[in-house]
Amino acid sequence: MRKTIIFILALTLHVIVASAAEEGGALDTKGIVLDHIKDSYGWHVTDIGNKSIVIDLPVIIKSSTGWHVFSSGRFAHEADAEGYRQGPDGFAIATRGDNAGKIVELTNGEEVVPFDISITKTVAVMFIDVILLLLCILIPARWYRHHKASDPAPKGFTGLIEMLITYVNDEIIAPAIGKGYEKYSPYLLTCFFFIFVCNLMGLMPFPPGGGNVTGNIAITFFLAMCTFFIVQFSGSKHYWKEIFWPEVPILLKCPAPIIPLIEFVGIFTKPFALMIRLFANMMAGHAIALALMCIIFLMASKGIGMLVGMTSVSILLSVFMMVLECLVCFIQSMVFTMLSATFIGLARTVPEEE
Amino acid sequence: MDLLIPSTGLLFWMTIVFLIVLFLLWKFGFPAIVNMVNARKAFIDDSLRKAHEANEKLANIQQMSEALLQEARQKQSQILKEAAQTRDNIVGQAQEKARNESARIIAEAKAEIENEKQNAIRDIRNEVAVLSVQIAEKILREKLSDDKKQMEMIDRMLDEVAVKN
Repeated sequence: MRKTIIFILALTLHVIVASAAEEGGALDTKGIVLDHIKDSYGWHVTDIGNKSIVIDLPVIIKSSTGWHVFSSGRFAHEADAEGYRQGPDGFAIATRGDNAGKIVELTNGEEVVPFDISITKTVAVMFIDVILLLLCILIPARWYRHHKASDPAPKGFTGLIEMLITYVNDEIIAPAIGKGYEKYSPYLLTCFFFIFVCNLMGLMPFPPGGGNVTGNIAITFFLAMCTFFIVQFSGSKHYWKEIFWPEVPILLKCPAPIIPLIEFVGIFTKPFALMIRLFANMMAGHAIALALMCIIFLMASKGIGMLVGMTSVSILLSVFMMVLECLVCFIQSMVFTMLSATFIGLARTVPEEE
Repeated sequence: MDLLIPSTGLLFWMTIVFLIVLFLLWKFGFPAIVNMVNARKAFIDDSLRKAHEANEKLANIQQMSEALLQEARQKQSQILKEAAQTRDNIVGQAQEKARNESARIIAEAKAEIENEKQNAIRDIRNEVAVLSVQIAEKILREKLSDDKKQMEMIDRMLDEVAVKN
């Protein structure tokens, strides 16, 4: 049954792809993959024939001439000779150069990057994810406010959320932080569920999902910064002493503070690792999924025999990657939470009195 | 937009959105659920402990009732034994008494009978004596009714006296 479905899917794709390949000629694989992974001002859903379906999103900019709010649909679809997609009020989206992909203000032929807080695709997807996240947590939380401890345990979705929360709280946060973990668990749980929901929604190839939220460095940067500040603020006296005056031979810290320097750099490498790990994992997942799909389109130009063979392989691989990604979604959110909890736990250590 | 440089706009929105979400979930979401789960855990533990205690108590009660029953049974058998002994005693005593009484009555009756017999024998003797005197009188009168006979009598008697002498 499953094989039949995959076969039919493959056949359908051949037809579409064959026509696409004939029309478009060479396929810009890199462009497709990077376009998806990077942020954009409009939400490109799909193409039907020659018509693009794009959800226009609001552009919010503060430039030298004040605040500007307009739809992203007002930018030209094609770049002009200088590589600018012209928009209103002298704004344009650069497609080349240092600011490629960003809105720039063109004054006397020079690019000026304005303060840009547009609702880009990633922001829009994040809004949707966050609303979903709030619903997923607050609706079950409502159940708990209306029940007593002696009532039977909840079933269905509430039970699932309870299981997840209990698992993260008891198995990841509590052992990593140790005593007094209750203070930190709401933040860490929020991190976990935020990343988890964004990851899962990222697997969905069409709106309302599809954005690459957690595979975006700004998002992971913010999360890592939060953890960084929490770690520093909850650092115990022992933690700071270990950094600036660790128990090592005096020569290693007195004339030239070698070890303290290393320890001090370590403060920043920990959140940096957090940031890069999540970003790279999620981005790579999206990139691989897209790259595997692109194989189909690439093979369309190499003849029908090649196409059928490679497409089957590609779809099988895609299915496998999708399943793997489901796992990765959970693991990455878990790893982020666990490492954050561990860093907090390390900062709160008190030396054992002997 | 470059892949590795965080963009300002996204960072700005992320900060706002994440802080709002964190606030909402911190205020209304996770603590409610976590506290409830902990409360339920405590409740279950408490219930288990109570059930355990109740079970223990029940076992104790059962043991106690068993012991009580045993004791009652022992007492019952003891009482029964005592009752049987008392009964045997009473019956024995009564029998003894009855035996003595009957023996006494029989003895008295025997003595009475003996007495009566003696009286009767004495009476009969007297009667017999009187009767024999009367009979002898009658016989004498018969024999001495005429003079001849009287003379004969006197003669014989004289003869006898004479012979003797």
